[in-house]
Amino acid sequence: MNMFVFILRRLFQTIPVMIGVTLAVFLMMHLIPGDAAKIMAGENANPDQIEQMRENLGLNDPLHIQYLRFVTNAVQGDLGNSIRTSRPVTEEIFSSRFAITVQLALIGTAAAVLLGLVAGIISATRKYSAADVGIMLVALLGLSLPNFWLGIMLIYLFSVNLGWLPVAGWGTWEHMILPAITLGTGGAAIIARMTRSSMLEVLNQDFIRTAYAKGVSDKVVIYKHALRNALIPVVTVVGLQFGGLLGGAVITETVFAINGLGRLIIDSIRAHDFPMVQGTILVCAVLFVLVNFLVDITYRLINKRIDLN
Amino acid sequence: MSMTTTTKTLLEVKNLKQYFPIKGGLFGRTVNHVKAVDDISFHVQEGETVSIVGESGCGKSTTGRAILRLDNPYAGEVIFDGENLLGLSKAEMRKKRQDLQIIFQDPYASLNPRQTVSQIIEEALQIQNIVPPKERRKKIADLLQTVGIGTHQMDRHPHEFSGGQRQRIGIARALSVNPKLIICDEAVSALDVSIQAQVLNLLKDLQRKFQLTYLFISHDLGVVRHISDRIIVMYLGKIVEIADKKSLFENPQHPYTIALLSAIPSTNLEKKRERIILKGDVPSPIDPPQGCRFHTRCPFAFDRCRAEQPGLYKVDGEGHQSACHLVENGQIDFSKVPSNH
Repeated sequence: MNMFVFILRRLFQTIPVMIGVTLAVFLMMHLIPGDAAKIMAGENANPDQIEQMRENLGLNDPLHIQYLRFVTNAVQGDLGNSIRTSRPVTEEIFSSRFAITVQLALIGTAAAVLLGLVAGIISATRKYSAADVGIMLVALLGLSLPNFWLGIMLIYLFSVNLGWLPVAGWGTWEHMILPAITLGTGGAAIIARMTRSSMLEVLNQDFIRTAYAKGVSDKVVIYKHALRNALIPVVTVVGLQFGGLLGGAVITETVFAINGLGRLIIDSIRAHDFPMVQGTILVCAVLFVLVNFLVDITYRLINKRIDLN
Repeated sequence: MSMTTTTKTLLEVKNLKQYFPIKGGLFGRTVNHVKAVDDISFHVQEGETVSIVGESGCGKSTTGRAILRLDNPYAGEVIFDGENLLGLSKAEMRKKRQDLQIIFQDPYASLNPRQTVSQIIEEALQIQNIVPPKERRKKIADLLQTVGIGTHQMDRHPHEFSGGQRQRIGIARALSVNPKLIICDEAVSALDVSIQAQVLNLLKDLQRKFQLTYLFISHDLGVVRHISDRIIVMYLGKIVEIADKKSLFENPQHPYTIALLSAIPSTNLEKKRERIILKGDVPSPIDPPQGCRFHTRCPFAFDRCRAEQPGLYKVDGEGHQSACHLVENGQIDFSKVPSNH
């Protein structure tokens, strides 16, 4: 199967996922306790006003009509208006918050991949050495430390005590360092462990011995023959990590007072801003599906044996 | 067709030991060793096929890898073409690999799944600088044709081939650098019986065509009988018997060899052989038995076997050797020795 057909088929497969995502987000609005119309109409609204609001929102229509309307609007970029600010939800999300969170997740992923790969390769090629034991110990620590605690400790050390980096906010590259580390640590630890075990498995295979038997040097064996094969499971983990980072962003953004999607969700939940919560979750879900789509294509590129089915 | 040319020793293995450390304890100290190969010596003449047979875990594959320094041996000497391979630096050894090649057991695992067939072979050609870059594709096509793979398939990946085809690719790869010695590590045991025969015949043809020397590692006595000139029998890291094919099959002089041979299913209904079933398991190579390593399972074991490790005794003047105290004074008829079992 060629690449183009593969991409088309893989794209086709995202359709049921998208339907599931929109359905979940849509139903959430109806399942959570409380009357959306009552909340939207405000605390002092009388029954008539609430009924009017319900009519305006289309809440009296059958569920499937409402769902179709929701999807139709969403596809056209209309996710309703925020209750808090009355501005369109899409505008709130995409004005700057979306870019900030994606930036944060990308930098976090980059940090995780860079640290994780280097650590994993060192560990695998020097199995059972002091370096290996040390790296795996640090990785275990990285996995176990909660994000929010690590973030606060980093702020305490580098911003408050040493004064090297800003305490909070977003804008310059200095602002990005601590959040990226906070967000990337867990991923780096997982990637390091994954790379190590995957490398060890590959290094023990006959084709590695074949390469040595040809007279290939150690370096080339490790990077060309072993790493390229060992990366396959690592890519999957990286993709999942990226999705996880979107969730992790909620905490990191709160700790570092960054105005991204994560904080927007928290603030909107606190304010009972349903359309905002709905929209933000939908955007995050779509982003996650998109990332997985890209991961699968990358996967296919590095591993020619993968076929859909 | 065998013209007895001047017999030159191509490979000589002297007192080869391969011990793998077992790490344990809090600080990963070496607490013991797996004595996978324990002080073995043999030689291979130019142009001949020598087989090493034995059960799994007897150290036959480890021996092959140790000779090629795919795992560096613990002790001993590997003299190839007059030069001790274990004395070479890493870079010198890489260069030397042109002369010694290996074909692995599992054709599914021994080819890098991410490289095409031509890339797999080209890498070897490039490293050993066999032909100028411009002629490489032609050379690859020739090699593939030699082993019976169509040239139109050279840009495919290993997973697009069957097991037998892959093994042919492995053979082409090994041949590509014009080696003198090829170690075939269970080279056909992963293949179907019909394919085994094809590949074995291919190996024989290639031997004639390119004057190759084979060290053939196998657990399958049928295969070994088909291809070998001489046979080495190993048990638990030690050589127990060395003989030319005819002597070994017709006049085995070690109880272990006798047991192995009796396990071959016979098609000859007239000549019913008594099967010797070995009792118990192979002991652990971490702590092998004192004395003769086979005494725990040997039907003929006596006191001396438990105390004294036998050397390789000469059975006849033809190079037939056996590590059994019973043949210390020359060959005997084992069917007349009373069995303890």
